[in-house]
Amino acid sequence: MRIVILPKENLAEFIGHLRSFGELHAPTKRGEKSLVFAPVSDLSEIELNYTRTILPLKKYFFKATDVMFNFCAEKGYELPVEEADKKYVIFGVHPCEIHGLKILDLVFGGKYVDTYYFARRSKVAIIGLDCIPDDLCFCRSTGTDFVDTGFDLFLSDIGDSYLVRVGTSLGDDMVRAADSLFRQVKKEDREAYKRNSVQRRDSFQAEIQLQDLPGIMDLEYESHVWEEVGEKCLSCGICSMVCPTCYCYSVFDELSLDGNTGQRKRIWDSCLFKDYALVAGGHNFRAQRSSRVKNRYFHKQRGFVSQYGRPSCVGCGRCKAYCPAGIDIVEVISKLRSEIRV
Amino acid sequence: MSNHCSGVRPENPYLPHPARIIRTLPQIPDHQLFQIRFEKEQMAESFTYRPGQFVMLSVIGTGEAPFSISSSPTRPGNIELCVRRIGHVTDALFRLRPNALVGVRGPYGNGFPIEKLEGNNLLLVAGGLGMAPLRSLLWYALDNRSKFNNVTLMYGAKNPDDMLFKYELLNLIDRADVKCLLTVDTDESGIWKAHVGVVTTLFGHAEIDPSNTYAAICGPEIMFKFVLNELLKRNFPKDRILMSLERNMQCGVGKCGHCMVGYKYTCLDGPIFTYWDAINLPEMI
Repeated sequence: MRIVILPKENLAEFIGHLRSFGELHAPTKRGEKSLVFAPVSDLSEIELNYTRTILPLKKYFFKATDVMFNFCAEKGYELPVEEADKKYVIFGVHPCEIHGLKILDLVFGGKYVDTYYFARRSKVAIIGLDCIPDDLCFCRSTGTDFVDTGFDLFLSDIGDSYLVRVGTSLGDDMVRAADSLFRQVKKEDREAYKRNSVQRRDSFQAEIQLQDLPGIMDLEYESHVWEEVGEKCLSCGICSMVCPTCYCYSVFDELSLDGNTGQRKRIWDSCLFKDYALVAGGHNFRAQRSSRVKNRYFHKQRGFVSQYGRPSCVGCGRCKAYCPAGIDIVEVISKLRSEIRV
Repeated sequence: MSNHCSGVRPENPYLPHPARIIRTLPQIPDHQLFQIRFEKEQMAESFTYRPGQFVMLSVIGTGEAPFSISSSPTRPGNIELCVRRIGHVTDALFRLRPNALVGVRGPYGNGFPIEKLEGNNLLLVAGGLGMAPLRSLLWYALDNRSKFNNVTLMYGAKNPDDMLFKYELLNLIDRADVKCLLTVDTDESGIWKAHVGVVTTLFGHAEIDPSNTYAAICGPEIMFKFVLNELLKRNFPKDRILMSLERNMQCGVGKCGHCMVGYKYTCLDGPIFTYWDAINLPEMI
């Protein structure tokens, strides 16, 4: 992999260069403590030392509400006018986020390709940025604290410079377009990178033990832990909304006032919502809150492993950070595991 | 726009294809058989599927829902959907008249494993609306009669007025190449000539050799349990018991998440599952 060095004093100028590759988006302050990915115009608006934004990157590719088709009574369903072929550069994307996108790529790809998702995916360049974990991060446990693909460029802080890994041909173009801002990697840079790697590793406070978890979950299918968590859960679905890998949606037809035309839309859904598994006629396959909570954990930590060989959790800590009932995935998993020790 | 011309763009899997209602055939109260044909003649003629597969049907302006196909691919041209009026999509569908425009996409799901079934006996057990997907398999087998050994149908309804495809199935009773056992829970009319009793009572009227038979079951949840009991009593191999399942589906193509059971998508990995699958997938039945 091509690796170059970007001195920090050149970052502002490089950010300026990036804008010629597309509309620049980056983590920026929304409230006192909250951050969002949003359009920015220069470095001063970008939060470089952030931990997590409220919503993950999926909002760019899999929109909270999306128009799937226009319809009219005479012609049926037709594709909406394609979005303008506008390019985007998203700067400051953490490894767990990139892993989240790679998981969504699996889900939206396959035999049936979700054209909405991939059309947008192809228009967005990803500039990664490393980070120091806080007390909620457990991406080391999920193996998502490092990425070697899925970005165009990836910046790692090595003190007074960034070590920049070039992931794609487009990333290489970005570096070459601002060639004078970069320099070759020196021995001190390599040493600094390795020192930071140790410091980052030592910063993790939370962990979950994923090894053989699918087996444990099968064993603990009837565990009272699910009842306990179900009692706490408010079925609000915020964990799904903020999750980088939650992709469930529901579809509805919205009729215009003319009674003749309208739009078919899809909207983010959550398996914790009461009507999620409801079928016509009124039978609800998961009427109990505990069964819905259990299903969410099973899908992420058990089912996804079976389908794709890895859990669909990237350890970002959002589900705990935003749960109004204080449900903590790390605690739930360790409770499940400790039961068998009793 | 040059970049739009280059390369093959993947087809949008969610796009419903225009189709027309050709005929609506009332069955029993709140159940109709809809004959549907794609607008594009080429598509109407080439559309094929496996028994047990389903389509996503759109009622324009109301929404989309999954429906198992009740016709057999051995009779191409129109597809037939046997629909119960039970939700907002089917409510709107029942208001449509012949020639109305609808949207159809599919076929989806695994369908019955026809290649495995061939050369074996077939035992079809249906209850209520469960006849809808099994009718496809039934006619597929009867139209390819030489490919299957004994074919037995057991179908139970509440009463004679509640039996789907009643005359079609009554006509099969006299056929020598299929054993058609029909039963009703109760018959107040007194003119019902076939069996009376729950569907499991029909097991007393058929010789079933579990070593070379595949059973296909579809019906209400309670029926599954009793029929499974009968089959397991006869040492039926668990992977030779096939069941068609129903779940909430918004996409039909393994994206929306709604039909997930354990770690399988009903829409991709199902809707036909074996009893062995069911044992290994929590909350399936």
